[in-house]
Parts: sequence; C-alpha cells; structure tokens
Amino acid sequence: MRVSRRGFLGTSAALAGGAFVVGFTLRAQAQDTSAQTGAGASPFDAWIHIKPDSSAELVLERSEMGQGVYTSLPMLLAEEADLDWERVTVVQSEFSVGTGGSGSIRRNYLPLRRAGAQVRVAMVAAAARAWKVPESECSTSKSEVLHTASGRKLAYGELVSQASSMPLPEVKTVKLKEPAQFTLIGRETAHLDIPDKCTGTTRFGLDVRVPGMVFAVIARCPTFGGTPAKFDAAKALAVPGVMQVFEIPARAHRVFTAGGVVVVAKSTWAAMQGRKALEVTWSHGPNHGESTNSLRSQMKEALSQPPAWTSDPGGDNLDKLPAAKRIEAVYEFPFLAHATMEPMNIAIHLREGKCEVWSPSQSAEAMRKNVATELALPEGSVTVHTTFMGGGFGRRYQYDFPTEAAQIARHVSSPVQLVWSREDDMTHDFYRPAGMHRMKGVLDGQGNVAAWSDHLADTAIGAFWSAPGTYKLDGSELPPPIPYAVPHIRTGFTLITSAVPRAWWRSVENSFNGFAVECFMDELAHAAGQDPYRFRRRMLQLPPSPLPKSTGDDGPPSDPKRLVAVLDLVAEKAGWNRPLGPNRGRGIACTTTYAYLAEVAEVTVERDNIRVDRLVLAVDCGQVVNPNGARSQLEGGMLFSLGAALNEATTIRDGAVEQQNFNDYSVLRIPEAPAVETYFVDSHDDPHGLGEAAVWLTGPAIANAIFAATGKRLRRMPLRMDESTA
Amino acid sequence: MSQFTLQINGQSRTVDADAEMPLLWVLRDLLEFTGTKYGCGIGMCGACTVHLNGQAVRSCLTSISSAAGQTVLNIEGLGQNGLHAVQQAWIAEQVPQCGYCQSGQIMSAAALLAGTLHPTDAQIDDAMAGNICRCATYFRIRKAIHRAAQEVKA
Repeated sequence: MRVSRRGFLGTSAALAGGAFVVGFTLRAQAQDTSAQTGAGASPFDAWIHIKPDSSAELVLERSEMGQGVYTSLPMLLAEEADLDWERVTVVQSEFSVGTGGSGSIRRNYLPLRRAGAQVRVAMVAAAARAWKVPESECSTSKSEVLHTASGRKLAYGELVSQASSMPLPEVKTVKLKEPAQFTLIGRETAHLDIPDKCTGTTRFGLDVRVPGMVFAVIARCPTFGGTPAKFDAAKALAVPGVMQVFEIPARAHRVFTAGGVVVVAKSTWAAMQGRKALEVTWSHGPNHGESTNSLRSQMKEALSQPPAWTSDPGGDNLDKLPAAKRIEAVYEFPFLAHATMEPMNIAIHLREGKCEVWSPSQSAEAMRKNVATELALPEGSVTVHTTFMGGGFGRRYQYDFPTEAAQIARHVSSPVQLVWSREDDMTHDFYRPAGMHRMKGVLDGQGNVAAWSDHLADTAIGAFWSAPGTYKLDGSELPPPIPYAVPHIRTGFTLITSAVPRAWWRSVENSFNGFAVECFMDELAHAAGQDPYRFRRRMLQLPPSPLPKSTGDDGPPSDPKRLVAVLDLVAEKAGWNRPLGPNRGRGIACTTTYAYLAEVAEVTVERDNIRVDRLVLAVDCGQVVNPNGARSQLEGGMLFSLGAALNEATTIRDGAVEQQNFNDYSVLRIPEAPAVETYFVDSHDDPHGLGEAAVWLTGPAIANAIFAATGKRLRRMPLRMDESTA
Repeated sequence: MSQFTLQINGQSRTVDADAEMPLLWVLRDLLEFTGTKYGCGIGMCGACTVHLNGQAVRSCLTSISSAAGQTVLNIEGLGQNGLHAVQQAWIAEQVPQCGYCQSGQIMSAAALLAGTLHPTDAQIDDAMAGNICRCATYFRIRKAIHRAAQEVKA
C-alpha cells in the first residue's frame, strides 16, 4: 500500500485501491525513541480504508500481546468515524511501532479519535455536496450519512470517490464527539482476536512456517558473560536431522547476547537433541562469583551506610525530628523472570542482500534496526513481519534474539527459525531488578506521618543499560512521590552492582517499590493505632500536598479526591468493616501510579500456608474504552502480581540463574487464583492505560492482609510465613 | 528413522520420524499443526495438551512410537465440526489474552467435561492445575468451564 506523502502533518487522505484511505501516524506517540524511521519510508503507520462496499478496514501498527489493542484502538477510530462496527475488520500491520508503557490507549486516545473524525467529516462533506445541502443538516450513523429533512441516505462506500477528491478536513480543528454521543466507547465489546485464539489458528512467532525452513537452537554459557572455551560438534552432527554446528560471538552493550554454539537441524526437536549431544567447555568469565547471597550482602552493607544519592542532601535530619513514635523496616524483592508462555523466537531469511524477519515483537522498528546493524544492511533491506505474541510483559522489547538470528542467518542459506527453549528463556532473560528498601517513618503526637524516608539499594535497570562508566545516580529508580501529605520526605539510592541482565518487567519498578511503600504505610497505620483504610484516607486529606502525576502521564496533576473516592469504593465493595473468621484478614493498598487505584485482599493463613481468597480492585482510569478489555487487563494484572508476591524468585549461583523451567520457577496456577472483582468509577476524563496498573497493589494488599490475619509482618518477597531476613 | 501412522483429527497420517520424537514436534514440525504449543518441554505447563484416545496428555512427553496407531485429537480438530462447547464458552467469557496457552487450556477443559459433567471449582482446579496461563486468565477460565458445563447439559 502506497499512500500519498502530501501533508506531513500527521494525516493524509488518498484514493488507493478503490478505497478512501486516511493515513496517519502513531509514531509521535511511540514509546521507543531509539528507533528511527528509515529514509523514504511512508510517514504513516496506521490507515483507515473505507471500501466501496462500505466495509472498513483498519490497519494499525501496534503489537497485540493480549492487552486488547487489536480491539480497543479500532473502537476509537470507529466511534468518531461512525463506522458500522459489524463491518469493521482490523489488520495488524506487519510492522509494529513500540508497544509498551501502558501507552496504547493513553497516548492514542485523541489522535485516533481525530483521525476517525476526519473520516466522518469528509463523508458528510461529500454527501452534502452531492445533495447540495448544508453539512450541518447531515448526520452519520453506522457508515451512512443521513439527511434528516429529506430522509435521504448515502452509504460511506458510495461516497468514496467524491470524498477522495476533496481536501481532507484539518486534523487539528476537527470536532470530536461529546461523551454523551458515544455509542461504542464505553461499551462491552468482544475482542476481535479471541475466536482464532480458541481454535488454534492464531499465528504466533513459533507458528511461522516458511517453505524450506530449518530450525536453530543455541547453547549459551549459563554464566553471564561466559563464552565457549572449546566445543566438539561431532556428537551433535551425528544426531539425525542435525545439519550445521557453528559458533556465534557475544554482542555487547545494548544488544546483550551471550553468543554460543548454534545447532541447526531439520526440526526443532532434532536441534534440541543436537544441542544436548554437543560437548562444550565454558570459559565462565569474570562473573562466576556472583550469587544471590553475595548480592544480598552488598544490599545489607549499602543500607547500613548513607545512600550514595539522596533527594535532600542538605535538609532536615529526619532522625532528629521530634517524634511520638519512630519505626523502621527493611523490605526485600528478588529478581523475576518474564516467563512469557511463548519463549523467544524469530524466523529469518537472508538472501541476495535482503533480509526478511518474522517475529513476535513489542517493537518491529527496533528489531529491524538491530538486524540491519548486525548484517550491515540498509534498514530498507530488512522487512519485519510482526506476529501475535505469546505474552510480552516487556521481554519482547529486547534486541538479543533478533541479533542472534541475524548472526545465524549469515551461516544458513535457507529460512531459519531460532527457537529458545524454556530453559534458555528462564536463564537468559532480562530480569526485574533485585534489591532492598530501608524505610523509616516518624509519627507525631496526632498520629500523623511527620517524616518518611526510603533508602533503596538495587540492581538498577539504568546501570545495566548505560554505557560503562556513564551511569548517573539520579533517583529515577525510586518510587514516585507518595500521595500522602507528609511534611518531611527524604529518599536515597545506592546501586548494587551485578552482571545479571535487567530490564522492564510489567510495571517496571512499581511492582517492588509499591510493595515497600504501601506495606510501610500499613505499618505506620498500625503503629499509630489506626485502621489502615481510614489512616490512608486521612493522610490523603491533610492540607495541602499536591499529588504526583501518574507515570508518563501528560494529564493534569492528580486529584486527592479521586484517590479517596476509589479508596472508599473499594472499602465499600470489599465490606471493609465486616468481620472475617479466624486466621483470616483483609489488607488494603492504594496508588495514583498509572491511574487512581485501590485494592483489598482477603487471605486465610493456616499452618503457615497463605491462601488469597479474594481480590477487590477499584479504579478511576478516566474514560473506559472497552470495559471487557479493561477488566481483563486488571484481573490478569492482579493475578500476575499475586503469583510474583507469593511464588516467584530468580536466584543466582556461580554467576548463573538457578531456575531452569516451570518445575523450579513457580508461577501462578489456577488453584491459587482467587475470585477477582473490579469496579470502575464513572468518568469521561482522558483515559489512563491499564496494562500495568494492577501490578502495583496486589503484593502489598496481600502482605497487609497477612498482618491483619496473623499479626506477622512479612517484608520479603516471595512471601513466606517462616520468613527469615538473615 | 521409522514410519509411524496415527489417526489425527479423524484422518490417518503417516510420518517418518525418530521413535523418540515427541508427538508435540511431530505435530508442529512435521505435520504443521501449529495450534498445539511448546511451552516447557517437560510436562509442566500444559500448553501442548492434546487428547490421546480421549485422554488429555502432554504431547511434549508423548513419544511418536507410543502414540502410533492411536487416536489423537488436537485443537485444530476439536472444533472441526462446529465449535466445541468449551470453545464457545471461551469466546462467550472472553477468556484469552495473549492466547498462547489457550489451546492447551481448552483441550484440558474438554477432557475434564468429557469425564465430569458438572465439575465443582475444586474439580476444575485439580484438572486444570497443570495448565499455566501467564496472563493469569484463571478467573475467566473457571467461569467458562462452568458455562460450558451448562451447555453440555442442555
């Protein structure tokens, strides 16, 4: 599809293939700023096609990993264009721009609606001209323009050529619907990709089959930074089906591949068998001594010293403030793996200076760039096809598997699919950081929090991604400012050095920072002898302490009243005051990160066994676009973080990850999954993204509930009743 | 390499394969039934679940030699004569998110309902504990199985 490049203002209309086409860009809103558009590429990455039969095809360059954008983004277009939803088809364009940061809805809410409105206005203009009536006498509904006075109707399809010959309405001034006029936004809408996912016909990355394709696996050194010292390919080559064995070097900064020995075979299984038979002697390199124990010693040492960076170097000494009560606690969180159900994979075919790639990716743009760099090809010579993703959670933003595939493609003349085994995926992930928070709080005579201090010592993501020697301590790893009115706040950070690769894990720092913040708030409530819900409520309403903005949000500053409202809603829905039986307890937590959220967990603790019985979430995320999808993300987010809080840990020994597969990396299974309830506050404010929102609060809500049930405060994830801090 | 013949989704298929090759890879790499998924290779995640003679099995641990001559039903076959009640319920309850594990979830649920017409929550949890969903759609899975059980009765 070529679309006219006139009007680089973000949109353009054209008649193409007999359809009225509006092209526009999501790129300005894309998260991945490292990716650049190749010269000569179309400036558009999204299109609306109105066809002569009045059906509409929406082409979007966004990756679908289960978050529902395949449905919710088209809803925004169809709403403003007044398309007949039953006749809308959605094509996930094969080239996705960066998809992450809970940004698809938040960043595209207005741009997509404006593009849709352009279609509606263009159709009205075309019909008005045909009928020789004022545009103001025309209205639209279900892909038709109506002239009410005369009862005439024209279907959008009949207006295609007329609309294409007229100038496209100006995107900046096009009028959007008022919320009261919405017929699609806010309506429970079935996800368009679900039927195929129930019949096995959805094509994920691993399902790509190209004629003549062979399969590759890589033996990587288990130790981070290690390389093959020598290898003997004879036994691998003797495995039936194995075709080639060769070495690829590691790629360093920002690509971070381990290198290793590649086995290429006629089937995935033969390649895996070949790798088993391969004899490799590893040179473990400089990181062999690293372990979870050595990292924890480093963290404890760091927390016994003043922080390397502090928010308030010359301010009050919080330890000297007058206090009715002081409390102090250390919270701990482990490395975590993404463990997407579909392991990393990518198919590639390099021939005659051109390269074609098929892969599940959160950013095809970055993938193309990395493959081109590795192969020393112009970006325009690399074609990337984005498939559906079997989970993303941040893992599929990385460049390691595309770079490995490019290295392999140099050696293999046929199309080749690189398959990571589950063990590869568990042991060569980019992990959520590990660390500890030392929290200190001061209560005054009225039982208010007079001072709050948080010293975080962790293996910062930024340190891993900065060029050696360039990492600057700036506190960006710390939690967002707390929403409570506390007059004295001091935060500090100390870097823990580690060779373990780290990156973005659904909600990035929030899953572990939120744990420390909202558990410690609970500790302060109990220290003050107050109910944790009412204590939070009161600390939100003390005068006046402007609330921080949500992560990455462009909207107005947060409003404490909206957070109080969701706290009240969740307390009401959970029955906060209703007594629970023996060994049972309720915990509460709230935040303004991502949206206004408050959650209550109910737990039972029997014989040191923790069972979560119920999770209740209240959310004010502005306008809900698709309640079905929004609930789905929140339900999944709550349970995703429940699994992390109760079960998950990646531990390090001899510079390598200990956990190999789902037998020793324990993720949530259905018997542990409680009933979940989600309640929305009605709102027409611009929406917040929900992909990561519910990953904040479940951990602290559970730990707070365990305290309520047992009087025991757990501060180390994964939560264990026999917790030891040694 | 030897020849093995199986009944897959009602059709007889013959493959040349190593006797130890798991049914999972026979389906995916030799027969291009990619609806059956690889998730762990050690029978811990359930993504590869198919029916062997009507029983739910992990195809990653089922060698082609042990499956030879028997009847295999996979996700592509389950709804080939109209969507199975479980598939319909999965759509009605809007279960899948990323969807990768759902072939295995659906095959496990269909096997459960074939043996237990009206499973309790506890029976559902027992039968489905071997199927991991990393998007954690478990709440909707439970609802969908109850819904499918109603349909099967009707």
